[in-house]
Amino acid sequence: MTLAPGTTSTRSAPAGTAAPSAPSTLDRPGMTGAIGSSRRRPDGVPKVRGEFAFSSDLFAEGALWGQVLRSPHPAARILGIDSTRARDLAGVHTVLLAADVPGSPTYGLDRKDQPVFASDVVRYTGEPVAAVAADHPEIARRAAALVEVRYAPLEPLVDPAKALEPATPPVHPDGNVFRHISLVHGDVGTEAPVAVEGSYEVGMQDQAFMGPESGLAIPDGAGGVDLYVSTQWLHVDQEQVAACLGLEPTEVRLHLSGVGGAFGAREDVSLQVHICLLALATGRPVKIVYSREESFFGHVHRHPARMWYRHSADRDGRLVKVEARILLDGGAYASSSTAVLSNAACFAAGPYKVPNAHVEADVVRTNNPPCGAMRGFGAVQVCHAYEAQMDRLAAELGMDPVDLRLRNALASGDELITGQVIKGTAPVAEVIRACAAAPMPMPDRQGALGEDGGRNGVGIGEESEEMALPGGAGRSADARRVRRGVGLAVGFKNLMYSEGFDDSAAAACRLERGVVTITSAAAEVGQGLVTLLQQIATEVLGIEKVVVAPADTGIGSAGSTSASRQSWMTGGAVEIACRRVRNRVLEIVAARHGLVAGLLELSGGKVVAFDGSLAEDLETALGDEVVEETVTYCHAKTMPLDGNGQGDAHVSFAFAAHRAVVDVDLDLGLVKVVEIATAQDVGRVLNPLQVVGQLEGGIAQGLGLAVMEEIVLEDGLVKNPSFTDYLIPTALDMPVVRISSLIEEPEPGAPFGAKGVGEPPTISSTAAIAAAVRAATGLPLTRVPIRPEHIALGGD
Amino acid sequence: MLVPASLDELLASVAADTRADLIAGGTDLMVEVNFGRRSPESVISVALVPELKSWYRSGDEVILNAALTYSEMMRPPLCELLPALAQAARTVGSPQIRNAGTIGGNLATASPAGDTLPVLAALEATVVLESAEGGRAVPVGEFIVSVKRTSLAPGEIIRSVRVPARRAAQEFLKVGTRNAMVIAVCSVALVADAERREVHLGLGSVGPVPLRAPRAEELATSLFDWDEGVPRASEKELARLAELASEAARPIDDHRSTARYRRHAVGVCARRAFERARLPDATGRRSVTP
Ligand SMILES: Cc1cc2nc3c(=O)[nH]c(=O)nc-3n(C[C@H](O)[C@H](O)[C@H](O)COP(=O)(O)OP(=O)(O)OC[C@H]3O[C@@H](n4cnc5c(N)ncnc54)[C@H](O)[C@@H]3O)c2cc1C
Repeated sequence: MTLAPGTTSTRSAPAGTAAPSAPSTLDRPGMTGAIGSSRRRPDGVPKVRGEFAFSSDLFAEGALWGQVLRSPHPAARILGIDSTRARDLAGVHTVLLAADVPGSPTYGLDRKDQPVFASDVVRYTGEPVAAVAADHPEIARRAAALVEVRYAPLEPLVDPAKALEPATPPVHPDGNVFRHISLVHGDVGTEAPVAVEGSYEVGMQDQAFMGPESGLAIPDGAGGVDLYVSTQWLHVDQEQVAACLGLEPTEVRLHLSGVGGAFGAREDVSLQVHICLLALATGRPVKIVYSREESFFGHVHRHPARMWYRHSADRDGRLVKVEARILLDGGAYASSSTAVLSNAACFAAGPYKVPNAHVEADVVRTNNPPCGAMRGFGAVQVCHAYEAQMDRLAAELGMDPVDLRLRNALASGDELITGQVIKGTAPVAEVIRACAAAPMPMPDRQGALGEDGGRNGVGIGEESEEMALPGGAGRSADARRVRRGVGLAVGFKNLMYSEGFDDSAAAACRLERGVVTITSAAAEVGQGLVTLLQQIATEVLGIEKVVVAPADTGIGSAGSTSASRQSWMTGGAVEIACRRVRNRVLEIVAARHGLVAGLLELSGGKVVAFDGSLAEDLETALGDEVVEETVTYCHAKTMPLDGNGQGDAHVSFAFAAHRAVVDVDLDLGLVKVVEIATAQDVGRVLNPLQVVGQLEGGIAQGLGLAVMEEIVLEDGLVKNPSFTDYLIPTALDMPVVRISSLIEEPEPGAPFGAKGVGEPPTISSTAAIAAAVRAATGLPLTRVPIRPEHIALGGD
Repeated sequence: MLVPASLDELLASVAADTRADLIAGGTDLMVEVNFGRRSPESVISVALVPELKSWYRSGDEVILNAALTYSEMMRPPLCELLPALAQAARTVGSPQIRNAGTIGGNLATASPAGDTLPVLAALEATVVLESAEGGRAVPVGEFIVSVKRTSLAPGEIIRSVRVPARRAAQEFLKVGTRNAMVIAVCSVALVADAERREVHLGLGSVGPVPLRAPRAEELATSLFDWDEGVPRASEKELARLAELASEAARPIDDHRSTARYRRHAVGVCARRAFERARLPDATGRRSVTP
């Protein structure tokens, strides 16, 4: 679908820009009108009205409250732990330490290197040391504070570059390097006439989901436990929790509860093991709800990155070689660091044809908070660097940055720097062209205000002109010192898991008395999967009554809700399961009527014959008969990277371009993002409104990383674990989003040809904003988030 | 939790339990409680005491009662009498916080980033304290002693704040790293008092307490055209004004910003505040162009 150019999708467009279009204008009917329409999500209204039950709202009669005690030190030896005083506090039911973990003492997504409770050393600030269950959350907090832990603080290793040095003592017996990738492609000795070099940095971003970690564990009385929890992947939690509890996976049943956002932060285990241990130890249901502060310590963050790049090109702008060194800080434990590094290395050169490449990439262990999955997963960090490099190269060549990108744009059939040939669609030039062609926002604010640069007589209110200037409500901008800048960036990443991690997705479709029930373990984390599954079922079966059953581990794994994969994977499983149900229904009805199944069709809740000789309600046609099919869907096989970082490691790729328009107050360094225009490769739009939601949300997070979001660390301590000081964009920071085009080239092999759309919006939006700020200021600004002082005090 | 319905009742309750925490809007106190930094045994609310609500004019002064909320500061006619206070109020938190948070709470918390504080400093406000024994009036500069420390004595409450309501130009500028809901990295309040013919500057978030900038004020006073009600300064003089304001700052490095940036930005804001300053005419209207 190509939307009318200039379709803006967001709130409060300033005067002069196109009015936001109503979502319904994005609708485009599909076969039955289910696929391609903006069906309402069932959780939408309840969430807006505050009626949706999140996992923090769970209730069980007689439940106790759990509280975890965490290390105040980034690195320390534990000399002793005395929990007597905590145990003696009235209302306390149990205090658990490392010795109380019956099964595996450690867990982890990739390597099981993270202790359930630290016993000998703590490796990051916030590492769990003990857990308490008590009658009341306040008693549990007080009891946790009464657990006396004697620490001998150690010198923390906080510099990732130092972690690479062989002489640096290991932070963990497994060593300080999680993974090293040496990617060599083509002839790395090739030289070219033009080269640009630069060093770049990305700070540590938090996923900042709205609903802090929470859950409820209920012992089943037979040694097992039911865990109701917010997560992205029930089965990987189940496997880790069961191992730590020393139970069979069947004894640990996970049930997805209302999830308040995820963005990668719920891939790892947080409270799952602790809460089950407490429930089994007390024989009572136990509930844990993290505070916002604890949430900052309770989940992994986006890897901070240091990157060095050299781009070499011939004089007409064709890339000849890209060299890069990438260093990611993985923090104290492995989490998904090795896979994040793989992405950073594979996508290091961007969506461009690069015949020769040499990438040396490392992800290391430090005493900083553990880092892992976050929307964009390794592709975000390198995009910041390679897109800044493309602008440098354009400047060096005296070329238009858009032309330079178009000249090198990847297309289907081209080879990546991993040697993998793109077999699916790769409309890179298309997204660049569409994005660059979007009309510019009006008016240019410069000079729009009074001679004095101020706004005398302007009232106090949301509508005032000054709200649109950098600094907004603070009235600090001087319009005469505000400069506008424009920047464009392109990014891409893989869909699905990679490097031989070929996980599957199971789903069941059950038709009973005219109602379809879809069952899977796929986590709806707010992205709208439930709506999509309903749409797919309706599309295939022609039945409107579709119920998506609560997700739990009673069915096979759906894999993770991450890597932009669930619409494809669980969507694919549901599509096939529904088709099988459809075929069986037609066979059953055909047999009953002595007809040929191939001449029957399901439509509008009826079985209809091709020639009109039959039109029977499904309920009548099937009676009590239940038709059910369970399917396990697999994607094309992938393989690990070889010793040179080469191999067909990925299934599919999605691309997006962003163009940012910013206003910058040169003296104060404050930035107002005025507009983001975007074009994205989506394969096919399944639900236009949900696509818009993903684009806007991803852009908000990209904006956050560009100009404000960073976990500030000092010697391994987190200085801003609150929304007072970890700033995420407010409604007044969010620009108009202009969706220039959604490129629909159906992806072969993908259900309905649709690509995942969740991650590309975060990948190049940050880079586009950084480029726009550079354009406005003329400063190099190689680090994100760009802080006011970097601009106002001249450079980095 | 006690909820007295009159000032007498409030003062008696406070005298009876001097260790109780007062609560007005709760937007500071409850944050402290939620972070486990305070666990009050008893709490006395000032929110329903009629004598602490609203504001009134008394001669050439405006009396702001302690439980006056930010939303109330933003409404006419108060926002026309004290535009800098209204502008500061507009920068505070979100609508919910502005509906609940009070000037008394901002003063008692005495955070270096309290947004009304530089305004009150530039206005040379007087804080009126009261206890069962009686009352006293303290200049705002003496009321705030150091970071989050005030001269409020046990048994005492903030009753009101007195500020002059003379003909004056007023400006408030705040720098933060996002466009709303942000703690000040620095802020500047300017009051150009037409009767005294003095410019006052209050600097926020650049020292342990709200600061004044005497040398910058002196320069600004001399550069202001009191007859026309507009600033008259060359680029060089404006740059000097910024420099003097920066010199008055005593900023620190923290996770929100750096001392260097704060010092720089407070100068930029002081200069901009001065450039914007326009005296209202007798009818209260401000001239728009010099
Ligand atoms: C999300 C959020 C955003 C915020 N943003 C800002 C901001 O931008 N700028 C800013 O300056 N502040 C901000 N604050 C802080 C807070 O809102 C203000 O300081 C507010 O003025 C506090 O007033 P209150 O009535 O809520 O005080 P309370 O929390 O009720 O009380 C605060 C303190 O004052 C004492 N107190 C209250 N009234 C009296 C009285 N009459 N006499 C003596 N002591 C009294 C209390 O005992 C307590 O110690 C923010 C707070 C939140 C939660």
